[in-house]
Amino acid sequence: MAFLSHLISGVSLGSIYAIIALGYTMVYGIAKMLNFAHGDVIMVGAYSCFFMVSRYELPAVVGVVVAMVVCTILGVTIERLAYRPLRQAPALAVLITAIGVSYFLQNSALLLWTSNPKVFPSIVGNGSLKLFDGQLSISYTALLTVVTCIIIMMALTWFTSKTRMGKAMRAVSEDKGAAQLMGINVNATISMVFAIGSALAAIAGILLCSAYPTLSPTTGSMPGIKAFTAAVFGGIGSIPGAMIGGILLGVIEIFGKAYISTQLSDAIVFLVLIVVLLVRPTGLLGKSVQEKV
Amino acid sequence: MSVVVPKLQQLARKNLRTFLPYAVVIVAFVVVSVLANGGNISATLRGQLVPICAYVVLAVSLNLTVGVLGELSLGHAGFMSVGAFSGVTACIALSDTIPSQGLRLVVGMIIAAICAGIAGFLIGIPVLRLRGDYLAIVTLAFGEIIKNVINCLTIGKDSNGLHFGFLTTVQDLGMEADARVIINGPIGISNIPRLSTFTAGFILILVTLFIVINLVNSKSGRAIMALRDNRIAAESVGIPVTRYKLMAFVTSATLAGAAGALYAMNFSTIVATKFNFNTSILILVYVVLGGLGNITGSIIAATVLTVLPEMLREFNDYRMLIYAIVLILVMLATNNASVKALPAQAKAWFSRVVTGSSGSPGGDASIEADPRPDATVVDHDNQDADEQDDVSEVILDV
Amino acid sequence: MSKTETKLVPQPTTNLIPERDADKQPILEALNLGIDFGGLAAVDDFDFAVSPTEIAGLIGPNGAGKTTVFNLLTKVYQPSRGTILFDGQDTLSMNSVQLSRAGMARTFQNIRLFDNLSVADNVKVGLHNHINYSMASGVLRLPSYWKAERAANERVRELLSIFGMEHLEQAQAGSLPYGAQRRLEIIRALATNPKLLLLDEPAAGMNPSETAELMDNIVKVRDMFQIAIVLIEHDMSLVMGICEGICVLNFGKIIAKGTPSDIQNNTQVIEAYLGRRAEEGRHDAEGE
Repeated sequence: MAFLSHLISGVSLGSIYAIIALGYTMVYGIAKMLNFAHGDVIMVGAYSCFFMVSRYELPAVVGVVVAMVVCTILGVTIERLAYRPLRQAPALAVLITAIGVSYFLQNSALLLWTSNPKVFPSIVGNGSLKLFDGQLSISYTALLTVVTCIIIMMALTWFTSKTRMGKAMRAVSEDKGAAQLMGINVNATISMVFAIGSALAAIAGILLCSAYPTLSPTTGSMPGIKAFTAAVFGGIGSIPGAMIGGILLGVIEIFGKAYISTQLSDAIVFLVLIVVLLVRPTGLLGKSVQEKV
Repeated sequence: MSVVVPKLQQLARKNLRTFLPYAVVIVAFVVVSVLANGGNISATLRGQLVPICAYVVLAVSLNLTVGVLGELSLGHAGFMSVGAFSGVTACIALSDTIPSQGLRLVVGMIIAAICAGIAGFLIGIPVLRLRGDYLAIVTLAFGEIIKNVINCLTIGKDSNGLHFGFLTTVQDLGMEADARVIINGPIGISNIPRLSTFTAGFILILVTLFIVINLVNSKSGRAIMALRDNRIAAESVGIPVTRYKLMAFVTSATLAGAAGALYAMNFSTIVATKFNFNTSILILVYVVLGGLGNITGSIIAATVLTVLPEMLREFNDYRMLIYAIVLILVMLATNNASVKALPAQAKAWFSRVVTGSSGSPGGDASIEADPRPDATVVDHDNQDADEQDDVSEVILDV
Repeated sequence: MSKTETKLVPQPTTNLIPERDADKQPILEALNLGIDFGGLAAVDDFDFAVSPTEIAGLIGPNGAGKTTVFNLLTKVYQPSRGTILFDGQDTLSMNSVQLSRAGMARTFQNIRLFDNLSVADNVKVGLHNHINYSMASGVLRLPSYWKAERAANERVRELLSIFGMEHLEQAQAGSLPYGAQRRLEIIRALATNPKLLLLDEPAAGMNPSETAELMDNIVKVRDMFQIAIVLIEHDMSLVMGICEGICVLNFGKIIAKGTPSDIQNNTQVIEAYLGRRAEEGRHDAEGE
């Protein structure tokens, strides 16, 4: 029963990673950049929800919606101001800019909201579902997380394969130039991807803080790095890959903590990533691209 | 004559490239030493001298991986960490054997370099098989693993010699009562002998420059740069990829290890979490702002960016925010075509205003704008030399 | 350059090589070579021999698989089937680096120079395996470093002078004009001291006078170094002008082999280039 309980918390944590990883992977797929500021967008989302719910005592739904709106605007603004001018620049320049944006968000948060951690109330309360005569309990937060993750996954799959915008998105990630010649507005498409990714980051931030209820300006960095790892694990650029990578990572982390060592759990996660990449150099579902000679 | 003059100019330019880094470092050392002897240096800056030396070495060594080899490494702090912990452990363990402080520091740094080199070799073998962003994430992963592993390490010393433990407490080491605990898991090392001096840092920088510059200007360095510019072509002329990638990576790790030991022995305590992802990024920022492959640029960027946050101390809470904004603006200014064209436009506008002539509007600007028509295909490892010079100039302006 | 028609004589296998090398072992022999990309045979049943001093041509319409053959020979791709004998040795277990050391050098269709290095350094990278000093002597600047570097610099100047590029020694390779880049690629390949040189469209992007100069230089290189050269080229004046044996590929298969005059009069070749309808008889393949 302990095993099952660990599995459930693993899947739940993994679902959060998966939602963050989706943002990473979509942005990477279309803009070919590692958006290191993504983790900090999560933090901003969590703060927005926190103030709506705790400070202004509005219903949780309002908190979630406000957080999503704030993050969407933030994500699109970051893209417009910091990344779009560098579309033609070397990848490393964009990476450093993303790091700059990450520092900017963290330090702004530090100034606005201080480094004192806030206690984040779970948006669905602290209750849990009891099964097998109370031997197994699943918190509502965990349930909500997993369900949200499944819904997001299905919605995204439908969006990218069935809608006009989704198809435009895939076209732009294949070949920007060709997509432009076909009349697709490349800039608008990239903005949209940042909007979707950032809205997902808001959701992830709220779920993360509901499960682990401390919120500080650096809340987003480690989950951000882990989710980035998850995206690479699954094959960066691949939406189902991010999903699988995220969930596997969460499960490995929780099992590592439970059965091997709490101190080494991060090391185990990263070790598994390395082993996977050595066997499959482009991740679980990544496409291997042969260089044309 | 007409043939000889350009040849001489070329020679001069080449030698300048080689000797400029040494000149910059030596002049800086002399100036700072003179100022320090006259008591003209603030206490904070004095405290920063050894860390600056360490960061210069780290930046130059990372430049070997990122600029010369062209592979993005996000785990350089991991090697710094290995060097810091092994170097300090060695220095404490040898405190009775080698009484001379200077010699002990040298031995400590050499041991640190060797340990970090071995770590670099072990990590390099799997890592260097990967490409691009996948390689970057794996270096990040290794950096985090090193941090975690050192966090679980306990080392102590008693009359029976050294005792090692992993995931155990100090008590489990079973040492005698007079034992000296060296590494105590997450608490790290405390009571470090403060052996590092500014002079030691200066010498380490010179040694680093000697190794890196001579390596780059040799057969091995050419092979490494050939791999960066075009792997397939390099293989076609018989350059073994893994060997030269490893050579660059291990050399880089070795120097980072020595710098780690220098850095650690400037403080009384160190913990493994200090050498995290953010530290790796910090060093990467020096390299990118200094210019990929530009050694002098790395030196200046590491110095200025270590001193800058200190100088911004009067802005107190805002200093890291300012740092972030400066970082973003510098990247935009040096990499965006229209921002790059601004000075030329301003110049054209200015000359129009001054002379009152109505020359072709923005004529200069259009020439200045994006010198690289094929910029879309430029990878991070193909940044051209002109651009790097721009970057270092901007840093100086900052 | 006086052009005399070479007579091709059969090898023990189905291959043809020039008569003057008949008693020598071919430098390169490919037998039943083939590779599949996603189930489709990109090259199939490729039989080909090159004698030690031959200039051979590999021609065919776009997409026929010519560059793929080069990639198979140099092990950029691993063949799905068949045998490659280089200098009598089976290359099955060898990789690109080992083949280069064994004496196979090549240039690339899409120029692959070390763009950020100087012209001289590009050639020195080609000389890599002929410069003998260790990493340590390089870093410590031991006498062996200075001696080997001096010798290398001299060799670089010699090689550059073959193509009249000595004045460009310090120029950045990536900033050279197109024609000079192609020439530099050939020089870099020659620096490895090859026995066989594979040139992938050496005249692409060159004007007629540059092409004529290149033709002279290719023959000069062959005569100076006594090596074999295989070239892929679309410029038929070049191919017909200097190649002794020609091999025509279409859809990954060899459709004709022989001397330039054999090829010019081969109906299958004319069909491949001009399509089935062109039955006007006398057409040289130049009409591509």
